[in-house]
Amino acid sequence: MLARDIARFTLRSVVSHRMRSGLTALGIAVGVTAVVLLTSIGEGLNRYVVEQFTQFGTSTLAINPGKATTFGISPGVLNSVRPLSLEDAEALERAPYVLHSVPAVSGSASVEARGRERTVNVFSVGPEFDQAFKFNVRLGSFLPPDELDRPRAVAVLGATAYEELFGTTNPLNDRIRIGGDRYRVIGVMEPKGDMLGIDLDDTVYIPAASGLMLFNREGLHEIDILYEETAPVDEVVAGISRILMARHGGEDFTITTQQQMLDVLGSILDVLTIGVAALGGISLLVGGVGIFTIMTIAVRERTKEIGLLRAVGAARTRISQLFLGEAMLLAGVGGIAGLAVGFAIVAAVTLAFPAMPARISPLYVVLSEATAVLIGLIAGLLPAHKAAGLEPLEALRTE
Amino acid sequence: MMRLEQVCRDFQVGDQVVHALDHVDLVIQAGEYISVMGPSGSGKSTLLNLLGLLDRPTSGTYWLSDKDVSALGDSELAEQRQRNIGFIFQSFHLLPRLSALENVELPLVLAGAPPKERRARAREVLDAVGLSARLDHRPDQLSGGERQRVAIGRAIVMRPGVLLADEPTGNLDSKSGDEVIEIIEQLNRDGISLLVVTHDPDIGGRARRHLVMHDGRIVGDERTGLQ
Repeated sequence: MLARDIARFTLRSVVSHRMRSGLTALGIAVGVTAVVLLTSIGEGLNRYVVEQFTQFGTSTLAINPGKATTFGISPGVLNSVRPLSLEDAEALERAPYVLHSVPAVSGSASVEARGRERTVNVFSVGPEFDQAFKFNVRLGSFLPPDELDRPRAVAVLGATAYEELFGTTNPLNDRIRIGGDRYRVIGVMEPKGDMLGIDLDDTVYIPAASGLMLFNREGLHEIDILYEETAPVDEVVAGISRILMARHGGEDFTITTQQQMLDVLGSILDVLTIGVAALGGISLLVGGVGIFTIMTIAVRERTKEIGLLRAVGAARTRISQLFLGEAMLLAGVGGIAGLAVGFAIVAAVTLAFPAMPARISPLYVVLSEATAVLIGLIAGLLPAHKAAGLEPLEALRTE
Repeated sequence: MMRLEQVCRDFQVGDQVVHALDHVDLVIQAGEYISVMGPSGSGKSTLLNLLGLLDRPTSGTYWLSDKDVSALGDSELAEQRQRNIGFIFQSFHLLPRLSALENVELPLVLAGAPPKERRARAREVLDAVGLSARLDHRPDQLSGGERQRVAIGRAIVMRPGVLLADEPTGNLDSKSGDEVIEIIEQLNRDGISLLVVTHDPDIGGRARRHLVMHDGRIVGDERTGLQ
């Protein structure tokens, strides 16, 4: 029997029961749609997060106090964690390949200006923060390069904080109060937008040393490093490590590169994507049960036909092939319908909500269609085996 | 040529063993026209199914064209049926979703014949059974006689040496039945061996050789008319 005749024969059988075949394929279609839709959103989310994290450039790394990446028994003398100090940040300016070293302490605080009060994020950072993270100043200037430990009491407003506190009036040289201390406004930043849902503009920037006092902290939350883009990351990390270890007498800090952050996020999202794919897989499985049921019924209904095919020269293997082909066709058609619906929904969602990240992943498209056909194959095995096992004579006599 | 040697076919029915065929010896030459008659349960259908390789003997040997086919495997049996045997059933056994032409084509499709060739052959055969105007009709659009003629077309489309008919007129009125008998007799005159199982003495009487069966044995074997 020619391959295309096998295809035609199975197609004819499927088409001859339009309603029934359609409903059976629908089970698979729902599963495939679910997989395509959910993985597309997962994939879109992944891209979105990566974009969010790389909007400040990829050649950055963060240093946090405390050792978090290795485990084991540390010698007693190194047990205490020394806080990251402003001097540490200053010293790291001289590490190889480092362009900017930005100390950072952050927290929430109440800000008062012209009788208005608002709780904002206070970023107390070094004067190179704006250059390191590509934040632009709209008005005035960013924090001045004072001596790190003796800065003037000045503040720069984020776009939202400025609008909320000052409306459209000129804030420069106005006095504001943050947690009881007075600061002079010297600049306003351009809007930067959100990062993972946090409004980066509802912010007031003050010098790092002021932040340490404001939040009553001994050390910095973080030192952010921007290094030369072409620099080998290993050497950058090694250089920073060397300097900090010399200053602290041990490795009581953690260096996280941008790549590591992305890897961690990526792995979380991967688990998420696999999770939703598994969910779709369950609906595929249910669809498979539907195919199994309908094929079992088909074998019973068409017992005489099987007998006739055997009488006019079809061997058992041919019968088995025809019924397996039918099961796979049902699943395959269902899968393609599911893909089409999935694509349409993703397209509609993207059109209706451009902010909603959804991106079709070709891997999951291929994978879900292949899974659908495979499920058809598995669901058809038993009915096909049953069909092939019929004795031609008894099959012909069946009423 | 078909030859049965001491062929038995036993069926287990409950505790009892029924000897549907009981040590049957039979030789059928190419081109013969044979009727098989006998009461219900005498083994005539079993004989036909066995000759048509739809069933296997419990013991004994079946030679089909000098080949021992009593112990062939499933796929070889299927191939033998495909090449050498044409079946006509009482209830036609046409596939309802296929047209007359496609039903006739079916054995050629299963044999892997190229579409152009088989289509031409199927038309030729349908022409021979007088249905060239009904090629695209589905079985439910055809009369009983027409359906049986489609089935005859399907039986001879592979040019088998033997045509086996089990009560071919059982479901037909006498006029359609006569037409069907005339067609298969014409095929026999053209060279095909014809074996008809029937309980209708008028139809059985038309054959040139009459087998009578009783309790699984051939109890009568007469030849009449011109040879």
